[in-house]
Amino acid sequence: MTQWSGYLGLILQGALVTIELTLMGSVLALIMAFLAGMGRVSRFFILRAIATAYIEFFRGTSIFVQLFWAYFVLPFAGLSLTPLQAGVLALGLNVGAYAAEVVRGAILSVGREQYEACTALNLGRWQGMRHVILPQALLVMLPTFGNNAIELLKATSVVSLISLADLTFQAQVVRSQTGSTLMPFASVLVIYFALALIISWGVRTLERRMARGLDGVRV
Amino acid sequence: MEWDWNFVREIMPTLIQGVKITILATILGSILAAIVGLAIALARRSENRIVARSVGWFAEFIRGTPLLVQLYFIFYVLPDIGILLPPLVAGVIGLGLHYGTYTAEVYRAGIDNVPRGQWEAAKACNLNGRHTWTHIILPQAIPPMIPALANYFIAMFKETPLLSAITVLELMNQAKSVANTYYRYIEPMTLVGAFFLVISLCSVVLLRWLEHRYGRIER
Repeated sequence: MTQWSGYLGLILQGALVTIELTLMGSVLALIMAFLAGMGRVSRFFILRAIATAYIEFFRGTSIFVQLFWAYFVLPFAGLSLTPLQAGVLALGLNVGAYAAEVVRGAILSVGREQYEACTALNLGRWQGMRHVILPQALLVMLPTFGNNAIELLKATSVVSLISLADLTFQAQVVRSQTGSTLMPFASVLVIYFALALIISWGVRTLERRMARGLDGVRV
Repeated sequence: MEWDWNFVREIMPTLIQGVKITILATILGSILAAIVGLAIALARRSENRIVARSVGWFAEFIRGTPLLVQLYFIFYVLPDIGILLPPLVAGVIGLGLHYGTYTAEVYRAGIDNVPRGQWEAAKACNLNGRHTWTHIILPQAIPPMIPALANYFIAMFKETPLLSAITVLELMNQAKSVANTYYRYIEPMTLVGAFFLVISLCSVVLLRWLEHRYGRIER
């Protein structure tokens, strides 16, 4: 029984790597989502074209292919990435493309009269976006962002295939060292599920906080 | 490192073998996901509370955990309890089960969208439960959900590279073995990416058509 505690420590170390990846990937995804999502609704054709190309490319090729490309092909182009960097880059860019469509949809869902009000108040495009549109759109995005974060958490398991020691990787290590299969994989599944529950709980709490004082405004 | 067309020509036959397996896995996985999704959706509506609850939790659990770990679970744990599966079968079961929990939500929404009056009319015509489902509810519920189902099948297609982790010789695995043999990563990895991009851009067109053909609910 004592040896299990050692292996459990290994799995918990993996959990830390997975959490780290999820957090860093989410930050990158969030930045990309806002850049590309607002690019999609820009009035400049060139910005719209770049944002569309980015979104279609990263949604069209699978995360798996992108990760392998970042890890194995970029070094030949002179850009060597550590597994962690490649993982964060691929996860962030991939999920960012999905979330960009959410940003775009949320911005478009804000009513026309709000834009007209911005004009009436003589706000510039950026000012109106910052003070009127985005605060309302953010609330619409939040639940879907939660789902995206869970998708990102699930996608982190793929980095184990480029030898990053995350949860899935540690489960494989424990399997090959002990020959036991049920213990590592079942416990890893439970940990992933617990992390997903924490994310969805966190997003719900955040949503409640942000919705405070907006009761009359929300349709 | 330069792009080499001769090398591309040389490795094409191997990659095409992989493409065949990728497509086979997607088709079989889609069929299984369509069936599993319907079964989960029906079980969640069951009058037996315990069945409805436990199936709901099971689906929630599968949706919150990574497909890769589920594949490992099927591939490594099941043989220990005496169920030996070939890699492709294990992969198809994993894909079907995972995406079945997603399609279950599509079925649920589709079934909920059938107007109440149809249920009442079925009762008025003295149809029993089975006939109500097969002749009244499902024929009206399924066509509007075809685009959403197709969307998930395309998502599944993009996740098939994960099967390479359980030694299925699909496209990604063929590309990796070619890359490792010749130590050239640019061509195989880029070709895999291009292949996925082309298929998913085509599938966008297909989706538009499906939405046009089936998306609207006639009332």
